[in-house]
Amino acid sequence: MDRNQSHRNRRRALKALHFTGLFLTMMIICIPGLWIVLNSFRPTVEIMAKPAIWVPSFTLEHYRAMFAGAGEGGVPVFSYFRNSLIVSVTSTLIAILIGMSGGYAFARYRFKGKNGYFVGLMLFRAVPGVALSLPLFIVFAKAGIIDTHLGLILAYVAMNVPFTIWLTDGFFRQIPRELHEAAEIDGCTRWQAFWKVEFPVARSGVASAAIFAFLTSWNEFALASQLTRSVGSKTMPVGLLDFTAEFTINWGGMCALAVLMIVPALILTFIVQKHLIAGLTFGGVKG
Amino acid sequence: MTRRRLPEWFVLLLPAIIVIAAVVLIPLLFSLYSSFTPYKLTRPSTLWKWVGTYNYEKILSDAKFWAAFGRTVLFLTIVLNLELLLGLGIALMMNKVTWGQRTLRTILMFPMMFSPILVGFQFKFIFNDNIGLVNNVLQSMGFDAALPWLVDGKLAMFSIMFAEIWMSTSVFAILILAGLFAMPRDPLEAAKVDGCTPWQSFRHITLPFLMPFIYIAMTIRSLDVARAYDIVQIMTGGGPARRTELLWTLMSRTGYVDARMGLANAMGYVSIILSILFTIYFFRKLSAARAELGMAG
Repeated sequence: MDRNQSHRNRRRALKALHFTGLFLTMMIICIPGLWIVLNSFRPTVEIMAKPAIWVPSFTLEHYRAMFAGAGEGGVPVFSYFRNSLIVSVTSTLIAILIGMSGGYAFARYRFKGKNGYFVGLMLFRAVPGVALSLPLFIVFAKAGIIDTHLGLILAYVAMNVPFTIWLTDGFFRQIPRELHEAAEIDGCTRWQAFWKVEFPVARSGVASAAIFAFLTSWNEFALASQLTRSVGSKTMPVGLLDFTAEFTINWGGMCALAVLMIVPALILTFIVQKHLIAGLTFGGVKG
Repeated sequence: MTRRRLPEWFVLLLPAIIVIAAVVLIPLLFSLYSSFTPYKLTRPSTLWKWVGTYNYEKILSDAKFWAAFGRTVLFLTIVLNLELLLGLGIALMMNKVTWGQRTLRTILMFPMMFSPILVGFQFKFIFNDNIGLVNNVLQSMGFDAALPWLVDGKLAMFSIMFAEIWMSTSVFAILILAGLFAMPRDPLEAAKVDGCTPWQSFRHITLPFLMPFIYIAMTIRSLDVARAYDIVQIMTGGGPARRTELLWTLMSRTGYVDARMGLANAMGYVSIILSILFTIYFFRKLSAARAELGMAG
């Protein structure tokens, strides 16, 4: 009887501990982001107030200043947003096409030194952006494509191709070979067999690879900060620094831009979150 | 005749090879060359002067470089291990949740979508000694002093690590959780019947099964450990007085602020080798774990 009671107590304590741990984890994950969102709606006086004001008031001041353009001490957010969008979408599309053909080659063909090629490609992804930005800056300056969309797009395509190959390779491997063999027997060319049979099956995997490529380009800073100079090509992560002056930082404005940056990423990730996890694990475990 | 010359797999791989060669390989070869010259951006003619291994000798005998190097290795060791442990803990907790699991998992993915530069800025704001959330909370609870989170060397390092761990733990948590979902139930039940303690069944059944998933997460992480550059750059810029200087911030300072490209490229090579070693190490661990579970092929 007594043992039963203590057993029950222990289980209750464990349950409480489990709940507390989970709750704390979620708090730590959520609070920083929510704090940014909250502060983008607070007037600057209140953000800077000492002692701190805990009951927030509401203003759209920062958003208004941000979208008003460069005139009123604002930052040309529209240009930055457009640049980010152009660069990320274009580089993602190109990287997916190139990466998909590479991934297909690894998944379907046998050739000498396959593992060597594969690891070699991945190693290029491991080169730190900062280290690459030094020579890339010089080479792009010589080629005259510094401070252009083209330069940034090229850099991001090269950055995203290896990882795209890794993911799509994993997905194509899951598709039984018999599928495209049957299609070929029925009179398809290899090309048709790929587009009409294998591609639709692997579509979710390709989508998850695309999201990863997009997020990488959308969020990249180390290369963009050196390869872009003017309003015409700066992306949002670089634009974030416009809010920092020598000794002061426009916190409210920065928060507003941060919100603008995170919203597209959030929406995209929600759409494909299921495939995202499947993509990573299958690519790795069965690869 | 000529059609037989290029095999199909090569044609398919060709675009990838061309892009990577043009944008990564050639610049890297160029930087390898320039690391043997006293190249300064302000004096282009210095590019043609060969100085042999002078730059490498210089950085290898530079205390500042070794301090940054040691700090980087220490930083990566602490951060990766903590991320793994926390990620494992979170995944085990999430696995026990009976309802609302999808929502929790979605929340868990938040930090993965944040740009590292955004994470840096966010924590720079939160750890601000004057108006930051942390100090405001501490002061409202009655602490008198404002802790200099980003000004004191040790506290700044802590803040940066906190930001880095906040950003990357979910990669581990989510992949390990996926591993837990994929795990067969029978061995665990058999172990229970045979009288294993929860710890024993975790240690000898769950953990070995999770190993490949852990190594996938490690491999993915090791590919972009250098993202920490963005965080450090915006939170402290390597300061105060170089106490949070990592290899990457030192390199960008030497290259862009001092315009000494040759020297910076030599440091760049050290950091590239460091990154590549990390990646190869985890790749090999991954293949070994796969082979052990019979998942190879």
